[in-house]
Amino acid sequence: MPNLKDLKNRIASVKSTRKITKAMQMVAAAKLRRAQDAAEMARPYTERFNAVMGALAASVGDSESAPKLLSGTGKDDVHLLVVMTAERGLCGGFNANIAKLAKQKATELKGKGKTVKILTVGKKGRDAMKRDFGDLFVGHIDLSDVKRIGYADAQGIAKDILGRFDAGEFDVATIFYAKFVNVVSQTPTAQQVIPAAFDAPEEGDAEANTLYDYEPDEEAILADLLPRGVATQIFAALLENGASEQGARMSAMDNATRNAGEMIDKLTIEYNRSRQAVITNELIEIISGAEAL
Amino acid sequence: MAETMQFDLVSPERSLMSAQVKSVQIPGADGDMTAMPNHAPLITTLRPGVLTVETEKGTEEFIVTGGFAEMGEGLSVLAERALPRGDVDQATYEAMVDEAHETYKQTKETFKNEPGPVDDAAKLLADMVAVGTHIGLSPKQPSL
Repeated sequence: MPNLKDLKNRIASVKSTRKITKAMQMVAAAKLRRAQDAAEMARPYTERFNAVMGALAASVGDSESAPKLLSGTGKDDVHLLVVMTAERGLCGGFNANIAKLAKQKATELKGKGKTVKILTVGKKGRDAMKRDFGDLFVGHIDLSDVKRIGYADAQGIAKDILGRFDAGEFDVATIFYAKFVNVVSQTPTAQQVIPAAFDAPEEGDAEANTLYDYEPDEEAILADLLPRGVATQIFAALLENGASEQGARMSAMDNATRNAGEMIDKLTIEYNRSRQAVITNELIEIISGAEAL
Repeated sequence: MAETMQFDLVSPERSLMSAQVKSVQIPGADGDMTAMPNHAPLITTLRPGVLTVETEKGTEEFIVTGGFAEMGEGLSVLAERALPRGDVDQATYEAMVDEAHETYKQTKETFKNEPGPVDDAAKLLADMVAVGTHIGLSPKQPSL
């Protein structure tokens, strides 16, 4: 049986752990609010952007002169997987889930005989992918110094990816991130960014059928907007990721706090029992000592 | 009362303005244009410049860098970066010009034998400098 002092120390240490997890949960909750607000603010831009791009892409269509970012290189031999994860751990299955999805995809593509290249954004994803796919890494983007994700960060990543595309390093790019559903559930998502895939406007949708004038012309606009489109999608994904990370951390830390509470209760009962046992023991000794006289 | 239209100015990070306006002057890639209610549907890209919004209450100005404007029922401007003119001080402006300089330098190195992208970057830089002249700030470096 563990002695009283050990138990007491144990209880004290679990109590301080609970304090930490509780604090982390509250910090995550506050950050989640901010991350959600940021995601909310970005939504109008992304929605309008995609609507316009959808209309434009439909009007330029599959013509031969369409930019490569839209029509692709005509091959799909080399795939670039952009794995976006958090810079910190202690957020439940958040990083692991994204990495798992990316690994699945990588294994599947390799099975089909395609070349896979991996670009990681965020330290945790790199660590998770390193063991199985470390030899496929082509780069890593560190965001650990970034306090608040801004559009400039997304632009940096987009520039990196577009540079590689222009250099002919890959044919298809897919980004991996977690979509924020609610605090307890985040869905790991794979989204193809190059060649760009836009929802075609629905038939009969009045707004979509408006005939626009273009200035300069459609193709010049497309050439200007497609790179921005990549940045926009990455920015939206980063924001979703940010909210998801905080949500995941919040629920993970909530669980940890609850578990610590249960553990404290159990240890306290054990502590009281052994204390009582010691007292009973001492009493028996005293009584039997007195009887022997 | 003059006719008005819905105007939205959004950047990726936030929505800057959403209001009924009388007219908006847009720095289009091929030249400035003024959008008024019932303008024909049009999509244009933007160059760095000053966006002037005329509302019932007066005018407001924003500094925008690239992006695009869509005129349909109303007008929406999606700017890559947009700042109210009052928020642009010398330091912010210099940072923007420096960035344009950097892009220009990089482009010049990457595309040594292709004039296209280099000219584009040079134009971007010149536009940035022109913005400064317009709002009464001057870049600390000479333009090219």
